[in-house]
Amino acid sequence: MKPLIAAGIFGIIMMLSSVFIKEKRQSSTLAILLLFALVGINVWELAQSLQSGGIPTYLFNDMLRFDPYSVWFNTILSSLALLYGLMNRKHIEAVGKYVGEYYALLFFILVGGNMLNAYNSLLILFLGIEIISIPQYILAGSDKKSLKSSEASLKYLLTGSFSTGIMLMGIALLYGAMGTFDISQFDFGADGSVNLMSVAGILFLVISLGFKVSAAPMHFWTPDVYDGAPTTFTTIMATIVKSAVFVGFMRLFKDSFSSISPDWTLVVAIVTALTLFIGNITAVFQQSVKRMLAYSSISQAGFMLFAILAVNATGMQGMILYTLAYSVATIGMFTIVAKLKDFTYDGFNGLAQKEPFLAFSAAIFLMSLAGIPLTGGFFAKYYMLMSVMRQGGWMNVLVVFALLMAAVSTYYYFRVIWAMYFKKGNAELICNVSNYDRFLFGIATAIIIVLGIFPNFFIGWV
Amino acid sequence: MLLILLILIPLLTGLLSFAWKNNSVKGWALLSTLASVFVALVAFVAQKGGILVFDAPWIPSLGARFSLDAGGMATVLALLTAIVYLVIFIAQWNKPLENLNRFFGLMLLSQAGITGVFLANDLLLFYFFWELALIPVYFLASTWGEEKRIQTIYKFFVYTFFGSMMMLSAIIYLYLHTETLSFDYQSIMAAGKSLDFTKQQVLFWFVFVAFAVKMPIFPFHTWQPDTYEQAAMPVTIVLSALMVKMGLFATFKWLIPVLPQGVDFWSNTVMILCIIGIIYASILAFVQTDLKRLVAYSSIAHVGLMCLAIFAQTDAGNNGVLLQMFNHGINITGMWILVAMIEHRYHTRDMRELGGMASVAPTMVIGLVIIAFANIALPLTNAFVGEFMLFHGIFQSANPHHILYMVLAGTGIVMGAVYTLNMVQKVAYGPLKNTMEVSDVSANELIGLMIIIALVIVVGVYPDIIFGMIG
Repeated sequence: MKPLIAAGIFGIIMMLSSVFIKEKRQSSTLAILLLFALVGINVWELAQSLQSGGIPTYLFNDMLRFDPYSVWFNTILSSLALLYGLMNRKHIEAVGKYVGEYYALLFFILVGGNMLNAYNSLLILFLGIEIISIPQYILAGSDKKSLKSSEASLKYLLTGSFSTGIMLMGIALLYGAMGTFDISQFDFGADGSVNLMSVAGILFLVISLGFKVSAAPMHFWTPDVYDGAPTTFTTIMATIVKSAVFVGFMRLFKDSFSSISPDWTLVVAIVTALTLFIGNITAVFQQSVKRMLAYSSISQAGFMLFAILAVNATGMQGMILYTLAYSVATIGMFTIVAKLKDFTYDGFNGLAQKEPFLAFSAAIFLMSLAGIPLTGGFFAKYYMLMSVMRQGGWMNVLVVFALLMAAVSTYYYFRVIWAMYFKKGNAELICNVSNYDRFLFGIATAIIIVLGIFPNFFIGWV
Repeated sequence: MLLILLILIPLLTGLLSFAWKNNSVKGWALLSTLASVFVALVAFVAQKGGILVFDAPWIPSLGARFSLDAGGMATVLALLTAIVYLVIFIAQWNKPLENLNRFFGLMLLSQAGITGVFLANDLLLFYFFWELALIPVYFLASTWGEEKRIQTIYKFFVYTFFGSMMMLSAIIYLYLHTETLSFDYQSIMAAGKSLDFTKQQVLFWFVFVAFAVKMPIFPFHTWQPDTYEQAAMPVTIVLSALMVKMGLFATFKWLIPVLPQGVDFWSNTVMILCIIGIIYASILAFVQTDLKRLVAYSSIAHVGLMCLAIFAQTDAGNNGVLLQMFNHGINITGMWILVAMIEHRYHTRDMRELGGMASVAPTMVIGLVIIAFANIALPLTNAFVGEFMLFHGIFQSANPHHILYMVLAGTGIVMGAVYTLNMVQKVAYGPLKNTMEVSDVSANELIGLMIIIALVIVVGVYPDIIFGMIG
């Protein structure tokens, strides 16, 4: 509970601080201090939660439910936000005048994220999704002079509103069928509870949540919005937001809908296969690395959907690993893209000569995204595939398909490595890379490698 | 402890090499491989008294352990790895390369990976090392080499990564069928055997494709000649002398005992593929004019023969495979070093532009002739003993067509003699075509060649030096 309140208060502090703080740099410093504090509060909460033996606490008439898994996940989310803030402060300051507000929106996103991993009522799920979405609409359009940025914002707002509508419809139908918003009280065993109304409600939720995590065929907004939004804010959308929504997605389907999984697994399986296929194949044809990363985030969502299909504990562990490995690598890659003048593959030519350490980190991030052993991405994929294979049967085919798609993904990830290491060129940077940047990239790289060698460190005790 | 050292020495020295700024990194890398050879020799002798093992927990929640096991074949191959790297570094001494520190760092990392593949006794650890070997080689081959290397090496990477992915799904499947959820060799074997016939048949290809690509076996070989041609010589040696053995060894250890029914069902198919590969590659070797491509095709034929003997599943064949894996590694290293020496001096590998080398560089030609003899398995060379045992094994095989297979595979040997001697004749004898001033063998090349030739002759005359040790 403490982190949720703290994130909200910190957001308000950041918003009001704009009145007093005129220096962009000072805003950033304040925000980073608050992010540090937020991580600290999360760790405190986690320690308390583990101490109480992992018994979930229910708050506000059982509308929120905190257990070690949700608190740990929230700790990861806030740490990712901190890493993002530290790495991107220069880029955030470069976007526009109202730096304090950008950080305030980041804190509100974290409030929404916390609700999504701790909700126990569909109303809170809805609230969380909205709190996480509205700041994104603003951030996407924050580069007011750029036409593409405004287009991205409007496009996201319009399509996002439709998906919100569909979600409300789904929640209403489920309420009609179940008579409650409390997901822990959903009882599909009772007579007449599995009917057209409840199944349609579940499918509407698949569609709307699938939209938020950019699963195909609800993915069409992703490339344009990711490409149009300022690169540094695309990072938030692709990592923190996506991970948070995925956990919300997983909680609902694993805890509440698993008893009628035959009714929705096939749909989710088709969505998964489509997401993997469209994400990977389209990414191959991209000319811009930023757009490629947008498609890559779609294809990675395909892997994360496995946790929803699997409805077991391995999937939950896999989700933590995947979130970490994918988010750290993606934050790193987008930060590098934000430092470059030219977003095409050619813009990366010769980066290894100019900035050897940056190129090395990028290579590790890309290999992690491709799922190569010794990087966190490998274990993330491993857990996801294992969780689905546990279910057995026809899902094994999906595992093989996913692995073939992972082999395809090496093409577009390694193209960046080619450009950096094997091609001659002069990759132009828009800002200097300081030792401070190198230090942070070193930390991100170290996280990826430790995840890839000792994954137990992150999931062994949850 | 010895076994972990075999991996740690190249791993740590490799990582440190990246920080090295000047040319003395050459000496550092050489020292590292000398240490590896020493430790490998000690391990080779020590394991006679009992099997060396190393075991430590790694990922408790998955049941994966960091466990190494030096059974007979594994130690021989670990020793081969150390020797080959030593010879590469010696022969590389006087050949210029850019970014030496990165080169040696990546080379040593790949050494750690390859050694790990041979020693791992835990399936997940095995998979880790399998990839750890691939990634540095990918960077090595893409950075140093000929003009079209980037695309060519990427083709190689995709082939092997595709294979790895297939294998990964089989690994997860086997893992979920073990009783206690572990990757331990024994429990994986038990899990594989407990699967029913159809599942083993399907799973066989998921595992074998990864190994077949690495060897490579027809029709998975199409990456090989181009990659060998485009990569720089040290990398080509690593690919052909060592990574090939990863595929063979893995088939031997992780496929044949794990999926016995699947192997029985498919072994005839694989044997036919091997034979097609032997004949097809030998015929193609005839028409090559580029020395590197010639050796590349000849390597496909040799590997096909070894794979054929593995699937014959007889004791004689297995012993032959053990010996021949070592021999092939030594011989092909010698062959590549000579090709590199020729290319370094004449700036061409085209046999049509070479000739009469015997009159200007006699020592080099002596080396070439000895290695060529070893390549065609002449008696008194190491390959004679090895290939004899391979044929013996194929002959004893329970396969109904074993005699036909042996005869067909034998034609590969005959053809091998023809194209190898033809190559020696064109390069070394005849009128001197290229009047360029060339020097004979330099000191470091001589040392490298002497190590190879000594092993060719000693193992050829007294093969018990390998067999006696592992019993």
